[in-house]
Amino acid sequence: MKQTPVEVNAPVALTRRRFLKTGSGVLMGTLMATGGTLAALAPSRTWALTMSALTDAEGDKLLKVTRAIFPHDTLDDAVYALVVKDLDAAAASDANVAKLLRAGLQDLDQRASGDWASLDYLARENIVIKMAGTDFFEKIRGTSVVSLYNNEMAWAHFGYEGASYDKGGYFDRGFQDLNWLPDPDANASPAKA
Amino acid sequence: MANIALDDDTAVVVIGSGAGGGTLANELCQKGIKVVVLEAGARESAQTFQNDEWGSFGQLSWLDKRTTSGSWRVARDFSGLPAWICKTVGGSTTHWAGASLRIQDHEFKALTNYGKVEGANLLDWPLTLQDLEPYYDKAEKKMGVTRTNGIPGLPGNNNFKVMYDGAKKLGYKDCHTGRMAINSRNRDGRGHCRQLGFCFQGCKMDAKWSTMNSEIPMAEKTGNLDLRPKAQVVKIEHDKSGKVNAVVYADADGNLQKQMARVVCVAGNSIETPRLLLNSESSKHPDGLANSSGQVGRNYMRHMTGSVYATFDEPVHMWRGTTMAGIITDESRHDPARGFVGGYEMETLSLGLPFMAAFLDPGGWGRDFCRAMDNYANMAGMWLVGEDMPQESNRITAHASEKDQFGMPVPNVHFDDHPNDIAMREHAFGQGRAIYEAAGANHIYPVPPYPSTHNLGTCRMSAKSADGVVNGNGQAHDIDNLFISDGSQFTTGASENPTLTIVTLAIRQADYIAKQMSMKAI
Ligand SMILES: Cc1cc2nc3c(=O)[nH]c(=O)nc-3n(C[C@H](O)[C@H](O)[C@H](O)COP(=O)(O)OP(=O)(O)OC[C@H]3O[C@@H](n4cnc5c(N)ncnc54)[C@H](O)[C@@H]3O)c2cc1C
Ligand code: SF4
Repeated sequence: MKQTPVEVNAPVALTRRRFLKTGSGVLMGTLMATGGTLAALAPSRTWALTMSALTDAEGDKLLKVTRAIFPHDTLDDAVYALVVKDLDAAAASDANVAKLLRAGLQDLDQRASGDWASLDYLARENIVIKMAGTDFFEKIRGTSVVSLYNNEMAWAHFGYEGASYDKGGYFDRGFQDLNWLPDPDANASPAKA
Repeated sequence: MANIALDDDTAVVVIGSGAGGGTLANELCQKGIKVVVLEAGARESAQTFQNDEWGSFGQLSWLDKRTTSGSWRVARDFSGLPAWICKTVGGSTTHWAGASLRIQDHEFKALTNYGKVEGANLLDWPLTLQDLEPYYDKAEKKMGVTRTNGIPGLPGNNNFKVMYDGAKKLGYKDCHTGRMAINSRNRDGRGHCRQLGFCFQGCKMDAKWSTMNSEIPMAEKTGNLDLRPKAQVVKIEHDKSGKVNAVVYADADGNLQKQMARVVCVAGNSIETPRLLLNSESSKHPDGLANSSGQVGRNYMRHMTGSVYATFDEPVHMWRGTTMAGIITDESRHDPARGFVGGYEMETLSLGLPFMAAFLDPGGWGRDFCRAMDNYANMAGMWLVGEDMPQESNRITAHASEKDQFGMPVPNVHFDDHPNDIAMREHAFGQGRAIYEAAGANHIYPVPPYPSTHNLGTCRMSAKSADGVVNGNGQAHDIDNLFISDGSQFTTGASENPTLTIVTLAIRQADYIAKQMSMKAI
């Protein structure tokens, strides 16, 4: 279930018309992070996500909804795009999900009395919060709570180091390197083998 | 490996290969007894285990449909997943944490020592700590439990350092890296722990004891074991005299097979075990097999649980190293002055980022949730586990309409917290908070119970046949050649993690079964 970083394909190679034909789109973005582990995981600073059921406008809006439900201010859009990827896949395999998502996005505009997506992020968040408990909200929350945190870019962002077996575990890699508290007695915590 | 024919009625059939079933099978095989083990799950190994929380969850968990009811929070947060246990060769010992504690003398006599507690169905065990001591010795040796048999304790990780500091500042006396069935030194042909931090995902070092890496291979070497993975038992049958004589199971292709048996031992963990008895009803046993007491499926216990996570100004990196890296035992005493009977243990626990998101605040979202996750690298955590009250109404029942892939009624798990459980949880949350505040925490996160990992009591032992399902040897009161061999036997839950006692009871039961067989009593 682990997800690799969003595939970065060359968006220019795909013509706008092709998406329109299938009714689906490509979501594009640029990594905020220019250095560090997260940037190292992505082959290039721009990313693109090919959608299969939803349009790019819908994808973009869903990304913003996801940000409003899980507002990590410095977490890159590329990670939120992984949630959109899963929502799009769910919409592709189940027409009811597609309907639910589309209706929810329309509802947002109604609540915003206009284009919800064009509001500033706090205003957007305030509207989304009021939708808590709806099927639309729950679908996105439930998908996000897995997808947002189960990928290597998120791990890099939050500092989680993940799989360790291939690296010999944490035995020689800091499992007891905390130094802002005194070390326990040797009886309580014997020396390592 | 033995090849026992389906119509061979001389073997012992063990259902489930986890802590209880796997151990019992090996002990019987060592005595020269032929054993068929029917295990619903597939066979994995250190090579196939994954350092990946969700991936491993899909690989090892029991995910057949189950339903929930009752006022416990798990029914709301995880309505289709009342328990987090395994379907794989080795059962839940593949992803247990390894904490191996003996039940205390006073806990075996809960009714005597706690007195009558309103709404609770307390009872003394039909055996004592003294009866079990020689078998506890054997179990600790077999499992290589640290701080027993001259085996050094494990080195504490960062998560333990935080717990230890807070514990000392609070004046707790007994805080250390625990008694763990995890090799601190190479032992028994298995290497030592390399602090991978994925104990809940199956130990890729085989440093942690499981029936998959110990009991089952040992049993196979005797030539007496016929292990059949992907064999899910759906029914136990009996002859005219009422003795059990066969089990029906679905094989890997979903075809039903019938294995004849001399003795049947059920060790499917405390939801599947009573479910199987209930689904095996017949005209002779209209309420389910071995259920003349009406206690099959009742008194379901899951331990009082909860967790406390805390964030600090400095990094902790709690995921590095053993998942359960240390313990405080001071609160596991019986001291009604605290406002409840029985006690609880405090044990470090860490979750990786994916599981932290799922369990920190089930259903949670928004800025508070994100703030906690943003500080994940600076987080320490502990699990609280204590004695919960057996209640008749907390029970496993066969669902009236929902069926599984084999057409058998799915189990419903009903649970309400007893007021004693709630009082204990509140106390434990308070102490957990105090520990982390003493160590300098900037935020505390009390976390509600996860789906049950300790499932107990649904076919409990009792001296009198009216009070329970089995006697002190795990033998059904109603049927001499039917045994319960897992945590379902527990009369009460005690405050300790249960597996050491499950293994101990299985070793003892093997002696009893062998003796009964040689006397031709069964
Ligand atoms: C995350 C986690 C951490 C834990 N940590 C600890 C710890 O530190 N210390 C501790 O003492 N305990 C711990 N436990 C609990 C421990 O795993 C269990 O107490 C123990 O494994 C229970 O043993 P059992 O034999 O009853 O069942 P299990 O070990 O669960 O084995 C039951 C087996 O029976 C099989 N089965 C069920 N029904 C059927 C059927 N109808 N036909 C065929 N096969 C069937 C299942 O597939 C399974 O393999 C932990 C559990 C979990 C989930
Ligand atoms: S921390 Fe130790 S016991 Fe746990 S999985 Fe890693 S090697 Fe195994």
